[in-house]
Amino acid sequence: MHRARFTEAPAAWLLMTPALVGLMLFLLLPFALAVVLSFTNLRMASPLPLEFVGLANYTLAFQETALPRALLNNLLFALVVVPAQTALGLALAVLLDRPLRGRTVFRTLFFLPVVFPLSLIAVVWVLIFAPGPDGLLNATLGVLSFGLWEPRDFLNDPHWALPAVMLTSIWQGVGFQMIVLLAGLQAIPRQLYEAAAVDGAGRWRQFLHVTLPGLRNPLIFVVIVTTILSFRVFDQVRIMTRGGPQDASNTVIHEMVRTAFDQGHVAMGAAMSVVFFVVILGIALAQRRLLRQRGEVS
Amino acid sequence: MSRTPARLRAVLAYALLLAFTLVFIAPVLFMIVGSLKPDELVLAEAGSLRAFLPESVSPDNYRAVFERVPFGAYLLSSMIVNGLIVGLGLLVNAFAGYALARLRWWGRGAMLGLVLAVLVIPFEAIAIPLFYQLSWLGWRDDWLVQAIPFVANPLAIFLFYSFFLGLPRELEEAARVDGAGVLRTFFLIVLPNAKAAFASVAIVLFLFHWGMYLWPLLMTTSEAVRPLPLGIANFHTLPPLQWGDIMAFGVLMVLPVLILFVVFQRWFVRGVASTGVKG
Repeated sequence: MHRARFTEAPAAWLLMTPALVGLMLFLLLPFALAVVLSFTNLRMASPLPLEFVGLANYTLAFQETALPRALLNNLLFALVVVPAQTALGLALAVLLDRPLRGRTVFRTLFFLPVVFPLSLIAVVWVLIFAPGPDGLLNATLGVLSFGLWEPRDFLNDPHWALPAVMLTSIWQGVGFQMIVLLAGLQAIPRQLYEAAAVDGAGRWRQFLHVTLPGLRNPLIFVVIVTTILSFRVFDQVRIMTRGGPQDASNTVIHEMVRTAFDQGHVAMGAAMSVVFFVVILGIALAQRRLLRQRGEVS
Repeated sequence: MSRTPARLRAVLAYALLLAFTLVFIAPVLFMIVGSLKPDELVLAEAGSLRAFLPESVSPDNYRAVFERVPFGAYLLSSMIVNGLIVGLGLLVNAFAGYALARLRWWGRGAMLGLVLAVLVIPFEAIAIPLFYQLSWLGWRDDWLVQAIPFVANPLAIFLFYSFFLGLPRELEEAARVDGAGVLRTFFLIVLPNAKAAFASVAIVLFLFHWGMYLWPLLMTTSEAVRPLPLGIANFHTLPPLQWGDIMAFGVLMVLPVLILFVVFQRWFVRGVASTGVKG
């Protein structure tokens, strides 16, 4: 045993080193740098000497940038997209969790948008949201409402810009939820349904008392992942609305990129990165608690 | 409790599925059809059924894509960057995953802890400092800077780690008894038995990075090294606004992914279902 330990250590370090170097240089170092830079006055191409400015970037970020609005938008995004996408994903998974002809075709179709690059989806949806009665969505809503629908310029309308980005994101992401939940459904033993049926439970009560409890962990998982994604939203916003009009669809990452990259205010952008990370950490800790509760019960 | 007859339930399920299919397929069809018709008609006909049924079909838009932007360069950049990330990433992360799962060494616990800890850091949280860090070194605007930072990937390490934990030990022990060293055992015995893990991780790495937009936006300025997602985002704002051309760009851009997806569908679904992450 002792011999093995000695002979394995050099090989282990040899195997670990490339990954370790990568994680250090491109993950841990920039992470530490985000914290350090957030307390400085660093700007791109600034003649001013580098100074520590304490918490100034944090107070200014909340007082003078669109960060509060962006955080609120991300929260709204999560509050709408997470339940909508999970419910839709669950509905699709339940529909497909049965011996159905063409099941694979349906599954493939619903999953397809997940493999499309977001940038492409954003561009296609810009065209779908085109203003005027000729826009695809405007025209469709016109037909469905028998002409009652007032055509509007979704992406330039303060009330519609954020919902438009949400809709695009739901369309893109629901296939992911469906696949994970479908795998979860298939892991529920059939006997549980049969036992419930013997006890006289109908479809709906089987769903409530067998399906939902059996899906607890996959559901927690997709909800957490989607919540985290709701705070990471960037590509769609940058391409579809640039955060506008008047920050109506601005998000934390979009505001961070605008501040640090477009305006060169690196330190302020770093402060926003830290704020963003704290939010993500909170969500991750909530997930750990939820999953641990499960461990105590069973 | 109403007992709907099985027949009626099946019909209902199909009706719902078809309705959903319409919603999912419409934007894709809209793109494909739009790419085949004259530019001015794409928007003009978007409000009618003609949006999905072209009157005449022509490859003009596809020709225009190649004339107006360096599409070939975008595609090449995307392929090189993703090839590097997936190729190097499989090797580097499988190494680390194996060392953590199978070998006994001082520091193993700490390294595993580190990998699990950095798993919570989303790329967006470090994008700005990393952009500054690498720009300060003067390293930007090439293929390598788009790939190398993503080679070591905590999620990929974790996936390999879990897989190797579940692999039966007997094969390795037999090889070790025969006098093979750790590395020899890894390459000759472990790798050939880990094809499923490699396929899943390759798919996950590819899915993560093929659509990457934020990082090349920060790091590239020359068209020659820019990848497809940046290409389409810029093309869509390039005057004159020609929607037919943009849709043709979209079709061309998604074609490689689509082919991969259809060929390796089983692995895509398995990869996503088992790891369940997509960024």
